[in-house]
Amino acid sequence: MRSFTYERASSPAEAAAAAMRTEGARFIAGGTNLLDLMKLEIETPTHLIDVNGLALDKIETTTEGGLRIGALVRNTDLAADERVRRDYGLLSRALLAGASGQLRNKATTAGNLLQRTRCPYFYDTNQPCNKRQPGSGCAAIGGFTRPLAVIGTSDACIATHPSDMAVAMRALDATVETVRSDGTVRGIPIAEFHRLPGDTPHIETTLVPGELITAVTLPKPVGGKHIYRKVRDRASYAFALVSVGAIVQRDGTGRVALGGVAHRPWRVEAADAEMPRGAKAVAERLLAGARPTDENAFKLPLVERTLGAVLAEAKG
Amino acid sequence: MRFDTPATTNPIDQLKIVGKPVDRIDGPLKTTGTAPYAYERHDVVPNQAYGYVVGSAIAKGRIASIDLSTAQRAPGFLAIVTADNAGRLGRGRFNTARLLGGPDIEHYHQAIALVVAETFEQARAAAQLVRVDYVRTDGMFDLAAAKDSWTPAAGLGAPADPGVGDFAGAFPTAPIQLDAAYTTPDHSHAMMEPHASIAAWEGDSLTVWTSNQMINWTVGDLAQTLGIAREKVRLISPFIGGGFGGKLFLRADALLAALGARAARRPVKVALPRPLMANNTTHRPATIQRIRIGATRDGKITAIGHESWSGDLPGGGPENAVQQTRLLYAGANRMTATRLAILDLPEGNAMRAPGEAPGLMALEIAMDEMAEKLGLDPIEFRVRNDTQVDPENPGRPFSQRQLIECLRTGAERFGWNKRNAQPGRLRDGRWLTGMGVAAGLRNNLLTTSAARVRLDHRGVVTVETDMTDIGTGSYTIIAQTAAEMMGVPLDKVVVRLGDSSFPVSAGSGGQWGANNSTAGVYAACVKLREAVAQKLGFNSADAVFGDGQVRSGNRTVSLAEAAGESGLVAEDAIEYGDLGKQYQQSTFVAHFVEVGVDVATGETHIRRMLAVCAAGRILNPKSARSQVIGAMTMGVGAALMEQLAVDKRRGFFVNHDLAGYEVPVHADIPHQEVIFLDETDPISSPMKAKGVGELGLCGVGAAVANAIYNATGIRVRDYPITLDKLLAGLPEA
Repeated sequence: MRSFTYERASSPAEAAAAAMRTEGARFIAGGTNLLDLMKLEIETPTHLIDVNGLALDKIETTTEGGLRIGALVRNTDLAADERVRRDYGLLSRALLAGASGQLRNKATTAGNLLQRTRCPYFYDTNQPCNKRQPGSGCAAIGGFTRPLAVIGTSDACIATHPSDMAVAMRALDATVETVRSDGTVRGIPIAEFHRLPGDTPHIETTLVPGELITAVTLPKPVGGKHIYRKVRDRASYAFALVSVGAIVQRDGTGRVALGGVAHRPWRVEAADAEMPRGAKAVAERLLAGARPTDENAFKLPLVERTLGAVLAEAKG
Repeated sequence: MRFDTPATTNPIDQLKIVGKPVDRIDGPLKTTGTAPYAYERHDVVPNQAYGYVVGSAIAKGRIASIDLSTAQRAPGFLAIVTADNAGRLGRGRFNTARLLGGPDIEHYHQAIALVVAETFEQARAAAQLVRVDYVRTDGMFDLAAAKDSWTPAAGLGAPADPGVGDFAGAFPTAPIQLDAAYTTPDHSHAMMEPHASIAAWEGDSLTVWTSNQMINWTVGDLAQTLGIAREKVRLISPFIGGGFGGKLFLRADALLAALGARAARRPVKVALPRPLMANNTTHRPATIQRIRIGATRDGKITAIGHESWSGDLPGGGPENAVQQTRLLYAGANRMTATRLAILDLPEGNAMRAPGEAPGLMALEIAMDEMAEKLGLDPIEFRVRNDTQVDPENPGRPFSQRQLIECLRTGAERFGWNKRNAQPGRLRDGRWLTGMGVAAGLRNNLLTTSAARVRLDHRGVVTVETDMTDIGTGSYTIIAQTAAEMMGVPLDKVVVRLGDSSFPVSAGSGGQWGANNSTAGVYAACVKLREAVAQKLGFNSADAVFGDGQVRSGNRTVSLAEAAGESGLVAEDAIEYGDLGKQYQQSTFVAHFVEVGVDVATGETHIRRMLAVCAAGRILNPKSARSQVIGAMTMGVGAALMEQLAVDKRRGFFVNHDLAGYEVPVHADIPHQEVIFLDETDPISSPMKAKGVGELGLCGVGAAVANAIYNATGIRVRDYPITLDKLLAGLPEA
């Protein structure tokens, strides 16, 4: 870990301004990912801006009938919130499928969206990695790829986004609210928030430098059955091989997003339209253009089969 | 004490304390966080500095240049150790690769430097400033590709290609035949406590507080590597947070702490960071195995052959995966062969039940497959091929062998009769369900073990031996042994372990610790009893020790009084004669597993597990059960998820932390039941005990694999049985 300076921000706008003032500054909230990465010198911030005191830890009902979730709401609290459990069961279930109780107590809503990949080559600083060190190459391609992405990949990167929560947020059409260093605020639709790797896998979101997430808002509840199915090699405390987050209405329509398959939570609106026709049709649309490796090609049939199980559960 | 005739009745047979499920005497220390583990021993020596290990970034080649200048200017920097400045180093008897590499690199994450600084954080930061230029050379990292360049290799004490009869003639003519290949991957010990040591020099004498299973081996190898007399080395390792064979030997933490302390001229502590452990330390090597079994139509094995290929660095050894096949089943024509290829991956070495663990993962699937070909129940097939003698040497009986009883008892208890012999037929909601069985064998190894016992004026018995407790319960069974022998309650016994200034014990490994170390304590206690009797003028043969007193005729004297102010001390060792040659001494288990396989996703959940063990006298049913359920859990890991992923281009284990190398979590493990058959083995030692710590792992993986087959009809012969290997064979969801 490199030495760094530290400050506590006094307001969201001030935090964003502070981030612009110091090159190499990073925000820190729960720190469950950032601190580990700093110990390994995968992240080497020169300055940390602690945002924990910013009172962004409330869950409020919006005037549109949705929810506004403060950036600092802990994963445990979000999963346990009565409104979330009642109206956005997908989100609660996805949260509880992730990490461990201890980590969820500490991890925040914004931090969860911003967590970095778990590609093992990203974690080993002896190996080239375009995400860690732009232009150095990708050691994962041609190596151990079983857990890695099958769609939306590039020749520069085949990492996945590890979040469960983000899959639910994608299916729920969340909006990420931010403040920029000049004090202006905006809402970024979740569909536009995470980027595909392309030639710049180190740039993972559409946030601009210094921009701070203040909240994530959910539109008013859409009803339906909310199912999150995470498939993994052990029953708990493991990242998804694939996960399926689905909201299924009584008439068989609905929406679906995937985890564990791409550089961002994966949703294809055209695939949603196929839901009444069943898993095969949906999976074909979702995974059109997939470029799996020999080691992770199993994720394609696994998505279809898991989706089939989810749709059957929704009916039953 | 020489043990060369079968044990007769002795004070242990009273079973007032031995054989009882008493709590661990070290339990309160552990549950209150006050058991002193190596890295936390801040109190033992002042002014400790911190060392951080730099591991090689390449798998094979050499260091062209190394630039320490930036690291040397880092805050808190004290010293740096590299092969350039460490002086001439030897290599330990039990090490294959050097523990401090450079300029030549033998494997990935081989230590190439230790940076010492005032704080841990400073040492870590400075270590990351060491700049190294490497010249890579090509290496061989793929066992399947290296397989054909094998050489014959002998396992521990075994000939390279043992066999009897005419396998080559008998197999092809057998009416029913199986010829199948199986693979097991590299496994990491993944114990909770990383390797850790604190080293301090006083003049030319070295003390190392460490975490090590085999004190005497490691004292020798540390002295040999440093080129100093072994008398100058003291090792202290009273508590060990798991080892599984990964801490049998001198490793980089202890050597580099010693070198760092010498360079920094103050005590230095070193722990291996988790991401370094998979590649810096040892691992269980991957195997490729071929098994051929021929049988008559009524299920009698006529030919059995087992070959195993594994790889290791030059000078290393094989994974002896065929050992159990020489002993487990009858059959007149037998061949086994162990093949070793050169691989430039990190050093392969022992991990819990070395040989048997991967060997039985293959053999016991083969037995299940053969039973199916024969149309026999897999238990019945095993029963028909039981043997009470060493099949290679029929004049040599097993000292005890209750494998059939293990199988039959387990079948009864588990409800085996509810298993559907037709695979893939039972469904419980989303789950395809099935049952599997496997047998296991692990040998009882005999080795000299010494102890010293003191009796003081309070009547307290203190045992000292360099035996280790790696979480197994050694403290407790040794205390039970001394209490039984001396006729005192457990709270009058103090046990001191893991110090090289104590008499040399068997140490912890190969499940030999329990029987040998307690037998050594037994021997010392016999001597102490004689000393007590002699001091009191009693005839030691009719002196009775009980209730803290010794009685002879109508005279009764308390042990406190007998000891007097100066106390009494005795030391002895158990030493074994030829009984191990005359008899085959082994332990046996039958494992039963019920699984559910998700019909859509192929995820396997273990629903029930049962192990029935026959392993001699069980010294403490509670700690023995803990050993077996821990081993069953490890077996589930090997069956379903554990695998060091090899990058065959870059030559290293990629998933080198506990996020990537998955071991079972609580949610993976159901209720586990363990039954110990009532058994004593007077051939094994005066304790009449054997061991269970590795037996519990033997066969578990195959029982899981066989249950998955029974549930799905899909036979997977390549471990781990992850869902991707099942998907194509599962029915439409």
